[in-house]
Amino acid sequence: MTESKKTPFYNIHIDAGAKMVDFAGYKMPIQYKSITAEHLRVRETVGAFDLSHMGEFFVSGGKALDFLQMMTVNDVSALEEYQVQYTAMCYPDGGIVDDLLVYRLPDKYMLVVNAANIDKDFAWLEEHLIDNVTLHNASDDFGLIAIQGPDAQKVMEKMTDINLDDIQFYYSAEGDVAGHKMIFSRTGYTGEDGFELYIKPDICPELWEAAMKSGAEFDIEPIGLGARDSLRLEMKYALYGNDIDQTTNPIEAGLGWICKPEKGDFIGRDAVVRMKEEKPPRKLVCFELQERGIPRHGYKILNDEKEIGDVTSGIFSPSLQKGIGLGYVPRKLSKSGREIQIEIRNKPTPATIVKPPFYKDGTHR
Amino acid sequence: MSEQELKYTKEHEWIRVEGDIAVIGITDYAQGELGDVVFVELPEVGEQVKQMESFGTIEAVKTVADLYAPVSGEIAEKNDRIESDPAVINSDPYGDGWFVKIKMSDTGELDKLLSYDDYKPLTEG
Repeated sequence: MTESKKTPFYNIHIDAGAKMVDFAGYKMPIQYKSITAEHLRVRETVGAFDLSHMGEFFVSGGKALDFLQMMTVNDVSALEEYQVQYTAMCYPDGGIVDDLLVYRLPDKYMLVVNAANIDKDFAWLEEHLIDNVTLHNASDDFGLIAIQGPDAQKVMEKMTDINLDDIQFYYSAEGDVAGHKMIFSRTGYTGEDGFELYIKPDICPELWEAAMKSGAEFDIEPIGLGARDSLRLEMKYALYGNDIDQTTNPIEAGLGWICKPEKGDFIGRDAVVRMKEEKPPRKLVCFELQERGIPRHGYKILNDEKEIGDVTSGIFSPSLQKGIGLGYVPRKLSKSGREIQIEIRNKPTPATIVKPPFYKDGTHR
Repeated sequence: MSEQELKYTKEHEWIRVEGDIAVIGITDYAQGELGDVVFVELPEVGEQVKQMESFGTIEAVKTVADLYAPVSGEIAEKNDRIESDPAVINSDPYGDGWFVKIKMSDTGELDKLLSYDDYKPLTEG
C-alpha cells in the first residue's frame, strides 16, 4: 500500500480543522465541522470543494473523436466547442468501467474521471488506443475547486471578467479567474448551480483564498466529501463503486439517457441495446424511509419479507430530514409508490419507492 | 462533576456514578469522530442490560455505532430529549446529551471501567 497523495489544498484543510480520510489514494477532507451544516450551506448559499483527487486525461490527434466515440456510450460528435458531456465507458458485456465528463476543447478533449479509477481507466483507454490519437494522463497537473450553490455565480463574478451568463449548464470556458488562465465549467455534482475550476497546483492555495474572499459575503464555507455524498445522493447522481460498477449496465442504473446507440459502434453497445430492448431485469430505484432510521450501503431491501435487493447508497438526508437511499430491485417491483422494507439491524423498516430526485428545489440550470 | 472524575469505556462512553445509579453518555472525542448524530435508539425504562452487551444504537450522517452497557442493571431513566433533538449529543456530550441512567445490579463492575488517565490516551494519536 503506497502512502496517500496530498492535494495542493492539503495544508488549507489542516488549518481549517478538517477531519482527513484516505479516499481513493488521496488524503481528503471528509468534513470540516459538520456534514449537515456543510450540506445546507451549499443548498442555501455557496460552498467550495477540493476535488483535486479527480483524474484529468487529454485526448488529441486527428482520430480523437473516433476514438472517444468507440470508448464512450454518449455521442461525442454532438458536442459543441467548450460543451461538456456526462457519459460512461463500458466493457463489452455492458458493465461500467467508469462514469466521466468529456470536455470538447478547441484542439483536444479533456476527460474527467473518478479518482479511484484513474489507473484502471487510463490502462483501458491505452489498451484500445488507435493511430493518430494521443492520450495523456494530466491528473497530477491539476487541482480542482468546485464552487457550488445558488450564489456560486455571484462568487465567480467577483473573480473573473468573463460573462458567466454566456456559459450555460454543462459548458466550459477558458480564461482568467483571479488573475490566472484556466479551464472552468458550469458543472457539478450537487444539484445546485456551480462551477468547477481546473487549476495548476502551484496557484491552488491562492485560488482557494480568492474564492473564500469573494464568497465571504455569501458565507462561503469549505465543504467535505461527506456533504458531497449527501448532496449527490439527494439528486440520485450515481456514485461509482456504490450504485454503478463493472457488474451494472447503464440501462438498469437509469443511465439510458446517456447511451446513444444510434451514433454507431462503441464498446458495450450490443449489451446496452439488448438490455434496452429486453427491458432490464432489475432497476436502480430511490426510496424514502417512512420511519426514523438510516439505510446504509449493503442493507437488504425486502418485499413482503422476501429479499429483493440491497441498498447501494443510503444516508440521512439533511434537506428532507429522513432516511433516503438507492438500491437495485426487480423491474416488476420498481414502480414509484410501492411500499418496500429496508432491513435495519434485523428489523424490516417500511420505505416507499419514490421518483428522483429526492430534493426537487435544486438551482442547477 | 469534571471529566477527570468520570469513568470511561474503551468504546468511548462516560459513566457518572450517583449512588447505585450510573449515568451514561458518549465522550466529546466520540461525538467528534461520529460527526452529526441524527438518530438514537435507546432501550425502554425497565429493560435489563448486561455489561459490555449492546443496548442501543447511535446513527450519525456517515456511520452507525452500537452503544454498549458499561455496567449491568435496569434502565431507570432514558433521555427523551436526545431522541427528538439528537444534535445535543454533539453540542453537550457530558451534559444534556446523556443517554440513559442504569440502576446497577453489581457496583463491583465499576472496577472494570477506565479512569480518566487510562482513557485519555485512547483519544490521542
